[in-house]
Amino acid sequence: MLEFSILLPAILNGLTTGAIYALIALGLTLIYGVLHIINFAHGSLLMLALYGVFFLNTTLGVDPYLALPVLALALFGIGYGLQRFVIGHASHGKDENILLVTLGLSVIIENLALYFWRADTRTIDTPYSFDVVDFGVAFIPVPKVVAFGGALLVAGLLWLLMARTDLGRAIRALAKERQGAKLVGINVEHIFAMSFGIGCACLGIAACLLLPSFYVSPQVGHAFVLVAFTVVVLGGMGSFVGALLGGLIIGVTESLGGLFFGESLGQLGIFLIFIIVLLFRPTGLLGQKA
Amino acid sequence: MTDKTSDLRVSRRGFMAGTAVAAAGIGGFPAILKAQPKTIKVGILHPVTGPLAPSGQQCRLGAKLAIDTINANGGIASMGGAKIEPIYADAQSKPDVGVAEVEKLNEAGATAIIGPFASGIALATTQAAAKHGIPHIVDVGVVDQVVTRGLTNTFRFGPGLSKIVDSAIANLVSLNNGAGKPAKTVMIVHEESAFGSGMAKTLNERLPAMGFEVLETIPHANPTRDFNNIALKIKGRNPDLLIPSNYYNEFVLLARTLQQQKIRPKAIYAILGGAASQYRFVQEFPAAAEFIMDCNHWFDPRNPVALELKKKVEAEKAFFSYEVFLNHECVRLLADALERAASADRGAITQALAASGWSNHFMPYGPTKFVNGQNEGAAPVNTQVIGKDIKVIFPKDFANAKPVFPAPKA
Repeated sequence: MLEFSILLPAILNGLTTGAIYALIALGLTLIYGVLHIINFAHGSLLMLALYGVFFLNTTLGVDPYLALPVLALALFGIGYGLQRFVIGHASHGKDENILLVTLGLSVIIENLALYFWRADTRTIDTPYSFDVVDFGVAFIPVPKVVAFGGALLVAGLLWLLMARTDLGRAIRALAKERQGAKLVGINVEHIFAMSFGIGCACLGIAACLLLPSFYVSPQVGHAFVLVAFTVVVLGGMGSFVGALLGGLIIGVTESLGGLFFGESLGQLGIFLIFIIVLLFRPTGLLGQKA
Repeated sequence: MTDKTSDLRVSRRGFMAGTAVAAAGIGGFPAILKAQPKTIKVGILHPVTGPLAPSGQQCRLGAKLAIDTINANGGIASMGGAKIEPIYADAQSKPDVGVAEVEKLNEAGATAIIGPFASGIALATTQAAAKHGIPHIVDVGVVDQVVTRGLTNTFRFGPGLSKIVDSAIANLVSLNNGAGKPAKTVMIVHEESAFGSGMAKTLNERLPAMGFEVLETIPHANPTRDFNNIALKIKGRNPDLLIPSNYYNEFVLLARTLQQQKIRPKAIYAILGGAASQYRFVQEFPAAAEFIMDCNHWFDPRNPVALELKKKVEAEKAFFSYEVFLNHECVRLLADALERAASADRGAITQALAASGWSNHFMPYGPTKFVNGQNEGAAPVNTQVIGKDIKVIFPKDFANAKPVFPAPKA
């Protein structure tokens, strides 16, 4: 069991899963970092995006990777609209309310999905679903390799956006100092909505990368949002590099845990990490002190 | 101003008058309906949504075909040509929902229930049906406890786990001996609900006595979308035989993952493998399916009624899977009991089923004989996917091909 030929493929698999977790967590940490809200609807929005990819593939025959820009834009639009017109207004400016609003949204979205699309697990079949890339020491399925590369690419693009563009500067300013940003003329509502929108666009991209090797059902968001929170806590709330690192670590933990302790118990490792990090280093690996 | 509002408001007098007319109307109609012969309400309960949906929908198809045929041929003769009226219910792949549906079927006046495919759901629904004395024919639900709890309303037409495992092991031993005993070590991969866990437990009890060593037993959830770790474990342990017991989606994924990772044990000997003897799987993924053996429910391949039905099902672009033919025959079993009972009373139907000696079916079982609710003659059959087709390899009476064992190297 401890042979290299078994461990290495498990680690590589874990890295590819971890990259997806990282992408989902990136969206979450962006939303938290700027808006200081814990977005409980993150999982449901991911589920919505997954259904989007599923229906585009089954009704219009669009390949999930080609659907990427469509889903990214669609989720961006949904996120922007949700923040600007629903969450922003419903919370009346209080942070505690926002928690409840996002929770409420997640319940509504999930049950609408259950009503319209039933509880069946749906999968798509692409011609490359079961092709493997031979890395010499391991066969890694093509969709997972693409997911890994895609997630890293998007993380890089996101960093560029935040560091080099005006929009990024505005977002960072708002995250650091809300009042000050208002005073220098940054349109707070718009930037909040943009951040939420970008966070959700990450979900759209993650969904396109995820569906070829996974499935969708109305409850699929739960597992992911839990892992995403763990990643964000591990990496440090508001830290991008932290979310990336955290995602990869969690992915490998889950894979090795599953290998040694069985699929169900393997998830234990993730939540043990969650608890240990909260106890001994609450700001996370790379987070700032509050 | 007051005129506008009084137009919209219904006066109390008007409301009372309207209700009275409506009540009379509703009350009066049954008089017209009484002229039709009564229908026999039968609950058809399956998990048509949720992770077990593919199987649940096949089950419903089989039941529907049988009911349509019986009704088209004049219904139940001994009850004046009364037609069977199906009440379709969805167990949503959850035992508690199954129980809720049984309660609803009871309220709707169902005289019998057929279903619910999954062992876990069956344990719950048979109990709920027993409370109301509703005869419950279990279509698949193989786990032994279905018929060992002393419930007099429960009847299982097909074989149970013990019988299937005994059969499977006996056939495996003769297969192994016939090829010079190449297989010694075994790994078991099973789904973790009542069905799979029951199977794994029984196998672990009986395999060592027959000279096989169980290296590892690996459970997995429904649904599972990543078998990479399990595949790696199989690769690491390198067993001679792999014995999977799962539902459709997971079996397909496991087989494809093994093919993808180029892992080829001497044989994949499935026992109630969810897709191992399914035409849909063989057609969609022939490379992954080739040489997989299964010990599962099957029809008598020489029976013309079965072959006729197979053609009919395939003409509707569906697959002739065990869910279809088992449910089809369960409906016909019930129809036979209804003919003999000549009554839609639940107690009478239960008695008729208990005394059933029905032989006009196309399963390789012989005439039905229920002992404690289990049809004694029921038995599984061994199949193997050879040349993109499903062949029967055991028992010899029904075999139409010789087994290929061990599977040739890729």
